[in-house]
Amino acid sequence: MSDGVAVRRDPAAPLLREWTRFTPRQRLARFAIWLGIVAALVWSVRTIEIIPEFLADAPEQMADLLIRMWPPDLRYYPDAVHAALVETIHIATLGTILCFAFAVPIALLASRIITPVPALNAFAQLLLVSSRSVNTLVWALVFVAIFGPGAAAGVMAVAFRSIGFVGKLLAEALDETANGPIEALRASGAPWGAVMLKGYWPQVQPAFWGIALFRWDINVRESAVLGLVGAGGIGVVLDDALNFFQWDRAATVLLAIFAVVILAEIVVTRIRARLI
Amino acid sequence: MTGANGVALEIRGLSKAYAPGRPVLHGIDLAVEGRGITAVIGPSGTGKSTLIRCINRLVEPSAGEIRLHGQDLARLRGRALRLARRRIGMVFQEYNLVERLSVMENVLSGRLGYVPLWRAWLRRYPERDIARAFALLDAVGLPEHATRRADALSGGQRQRVGIARALMQEPELLLADEPTSSLDPKTSVEIMELIATLCGEAGIPVIVNIHNVPLAKRFARRIIGMAGGRIVFDGPPEALEEHHLVQIYGGEEWL
Repeated sequence: MSDGVAVRRDPAAPLLREWTRFTPRQRLARFAIWLGIVAALVWSVRTIEIIPEFLADAPEQMADLLIRMWPPDLRYYPDAVHAALVETIHIATLGTILCFAFAVPIALLASRIITPVPALNAFAQLLLVSSRSVNTLVWALVFVAIFGPGAAAGVMAVAFRSIGFVGKLLAEALDETANGPIEALRASGAPWGAVMLKGYWPQVQPAFWGIALFRWDINVRESAVLGLVGAGGIGVVLDDALNFFQWDRAATVLLAIFAVVILAEIVVTRIRARLI
Repeated sequence: MTGANGVALEIRGLSKAYAPGRPVLHGIDLAVEGRGITAVIGPSGTGKSTLIRCINRLVEPSAGEIRLHGQDLARLRGRALRLARRRIGMVFQEYNLVERLSVMENVLSGRLGYVPLWRAWLRRYPERDIARAFALLDAVGLPEHATRRADALSGGQRQRVGIARALMQEPELLLADEPTSSLDPKTSVEIMELIATLCGEAGIPVIVNIHNVPLAKRFARRIIGMAGGRIVFDGPPEALEEHHLVQIYGGEEWL
């Protein structure tokens, strides 16, 4: 077809064709982005004002702390740490369960295919973002003010921080469901509830349990520090130990947290492997 | 249900435009009798699928009437539309089963329009429905597969489940949107045979979109040829000749 024409125009044309990954414009944009990253790095290092003397004797301080922590005061575990540890796990578990009561309806509102109303999607997203934008410790401060110090405030703090995380991931899972089965159920005259139950739920089920376990795992870690602001759990014991400079007891608490986090990780990984 | 020679479905002046001013269907008029297979053939993008999906309102028609035994489906909303959809079964090209549910649950989901939600939730379907589901699984040739998960089945087996699910509704009309396009030639024939036999026995009229002209001629009592959003051929398979195919699909080299 056009081969003949091309040959007549310039016999070497096919050999002179050039290929470049980026257009000059793209190359410029990429350079600008790299420049931006380096500038941000320099700016942030200058802002945090590292004091060289403190940096220099940090290893010494660290060694000193570790020596004071060693050996951990393990007798302290049955006296005070164990009960607090169990309370921590309870806070994480109750908080995770409570969070779903709020997160599921908000996720349904946030999902564009379940709620095809942009204004409601935006409203739900706003709720989710505001839940996420406040740290668990800050939520705990708020709820300690409302409920007084103790585990109840911790449960509420964990639940409210989790809503944003769980709601966002659930909404994404809902938006990623296949439309075909949904269409088939609608075509058979199934009501909305039945479409949710037999069309969407089986599709998001693995994601749902995955998210629940993952969040519980995170919440175990988060609720370990809640005691620092008086919201119950093992953090209270850690706070006391630190305030009285009982480093060997603090070490026991840290070891207990470490053990629980590892255990939670193992349990979650096992169950997740079975779910999928 | 309508008598053997009565008209089950009557479409008048059906138009659909996804974008204003660019209609996909131009005033379709079509009456389908109460039994037998009606095959709709035509090139891709000519509105076959849109036509079929307008009937059960998976696609909203822009204008026209769609009467199923006299009731105008194009005007229905909400609950009335849902109740009308129960009377129309549908079989899909991609089977559209709920992959993570068992074969039995997929078949029983054809009853979701009939059973109360709590029954579906607790999987307490009425005895009669369960008996019917087993009978249909036998009929489509999957008696051993009730407890297998749908995603463990082959394409042909999935489409059999799809047919059982649609018939579970005890429909007055079966729509099939390219039911064999994802299947190999042998399985395609088996699936068409199954649709023809089961719907023939139950006296359910079938409208099927199909790309395979020989398959359409083999199983259909009537062939509708579409081109450019209009019906350009309507008659028995014997009457479909080469010049009709040229008119429907264009060109001649492929024949």
